[in-house]
Amino acid sequence: MERYAPTIKDLAPRDIVSRCMVQEVAEGRGAGPNKDYVLLDCTHLGAEVLETKLPDITEFARTYLGVDPVYEPVPVMPTAHYAMGGIPTNVKGEVLSDNDTIVPGLYAAGECACVSVHGSNRLGTNSLLDINVFGKRSGNNAVEYAKTAEFVPLPENPAAFVTGLVDQVRTASGTERIGALRKELQDEMDRNAQVFRTDESLAKVTETIHELRQRYQNISIQDKGHRYNTDLLEAIELGFLLDLAEVVVYSARNRKESRGGHQRDDYPKRDDETYMKHTMAYLTGDPHSADAADHISLGWKPVVITNYQPMERKY
Amino acid sequence: MATAVAEGSSAAQAPAPIQAFTVTLIIRRFDPEKDAEPYWQDFDVELYATDRVLDALHKIKWEQDGSLSFRRSCAHGVCGSDAMRINGRNRLACKTLIKDLDISKPIYVEAIKGLPLEKDLIVDMEPFFESYREIQPFLIASDKPEKERIQSAAQRERFDDTTKCILCAACTSSCPVFWTDGQYFGPAAIVNAHRFIFDSRDEGAQVRLDILNDKEGVWRCRTTFNCTEACPRGIQVTKAIAEVKNAIMRGSADIPVSDLAPTPQRA
Repeated sequence: MERYAPTIKDLAPRDIVSRCMVQEVAEGRGAGPNKDYVLLDCTHLGAEVLETKLPDITEFARTYLGVDPVYEPVPVMPTAHYAMGGIPTNVKGEVLSDNDTIVPGLYAAGECACVSVHGSNRLGTNSLLDINVFGKRSGNNAVEYAKTAEFVPLPENPAAFVTGLVDQVRTASGTERIGALRKELQDEMDRNAQVFRTDESLAKVTETIHELRQRYQNISIQDKGHRYNTDLLEAIELGFLLDLAEVVVYSARNRKESRGGHQRDDYPKRDDETYMKHTMAYLTGDPHSADAADHISLGWKPVVITNYQPMERKY
Repeated sequence: MATAVAEGSSAAQAPAPIQAFTVTLIIRRFDPEKDAEPYWQDFDVELYATDRVLDALHKIKWEQDGSLSFRRSCAHGVCGSDAMRINGRNRLACKTLIKDLDISKPIYVEAIKGLPLEKDLIVDMEPFFESYREIQPFLIASDKPEKERIQSAAQRERFDDTTKCILCAACTSSCPVFWTDGQYFGPAAIVNAHRFIFDSRDEGAQVRLDILNDKEGVWRCRTTFNCTEACPRGIQVTKAIAEVKNAIMRGSADIPVSDLAPTPQRA
């Protein structure tokens, strides 16, 4: 790590550590028979620290890798861990439909939400902030809202959209399997939109998503029942995953700079002049149309700077 | 960049492929919409020694039979969703590796016992959570300090073991008393009561001891130790239950630590 973050070394933020790991492997210095991972050495911490301060991760290494971190280095590689974007909210947990319009009575908190406290990076304990601060605020504010809110008139059959979606997927009679489509989406997203991205890789995975969306029209599930239908659940979730993957890739392609967890090899520098702002993505057309540009429109939201002035990240 | 990774690895001398095995799983199926009774069904799956039983279930669901139903979430022993009976023992599917099972014989997989069967490997957890809620599994404290409530390392150690519970129900659904008496609180509820009874910051110990000093409370425990054996987190469940019994007898949670056997260090 000395070469990547000379001062804080192994304590560098996760986006940097992730990129180092992938880069070491890409340059042929990976470990193992396939040279496809790096080794994390924590033997210097000793048994007591590992057992008492890191008991879970120590046990994972033992259970799943057969490696005892007390005595040997652990094979590691980065993986998807957390979604940094999400449903835009304000600091009260109220959902926003654009930069500042509140959707009355709708709250979001946790990994589905994006309050934009940390911008484009996942730092240690981000999710504790989501739970303890914004979870509590959303809950308290929802209670306050509910005390005075009036019921709003509902359309004729308000559940029609959802029941229609569920029935359509449940009774679909195509030939594509959910498991196969999802695996391909995961593999291609890993390959082209993970810790390093280029316009070329993002264009490639855009094509993949488009093709998978078409194949998704031809799915079928085997469980046609109405109880605990996890086959149905996975099928519906895959539809949403495709939507989200498309938004992630489309937004990433539009941001021609590198910032936090978003690293563009073709634009390796951070560009505060142009991009010191949040990406907002709106659905503006038929989500199943071929070209993402036909149904996603992008906007920007200014960044609120408070105590900490932006500066170059030097570690 | 990931593409470059793949090319880089194939350019090196090809290592011997990892050996895969055909493993037979015999799974107890039940769909209340279709089946009058549960039945056993065989599946053959190609697996690696390092795969988990959960991987086998996924392969079946994703490649062979999408209707196979089971709960899972984190897939590494933290969320507590996939407790099931594997070869007659309660375990987490995500923490049971194929290499640790005898694959010369079929692997039997069925839902945990003692809770109403919903579908395949899914049971109704509601009675389990009802008992859990009854013991008031939250901090009861009247003061509102400005800052955090300070606790010494020794005070924390007093209930450290029972903080590890993930509410998977492996213990409660392995308990022969619970199988015959569904009203019994069960080990998991007592473990979670223990976690607060012996917490120096909590003021609700007596309330919980009273709740558990009941014919369906701790006295139903016959120290069979099934719970301790079943716990995927290695919690000394039977010991925790005994400590709660002891506290009820003394009428107080303040057991001198010197009176207790030292907690064995987990490997």
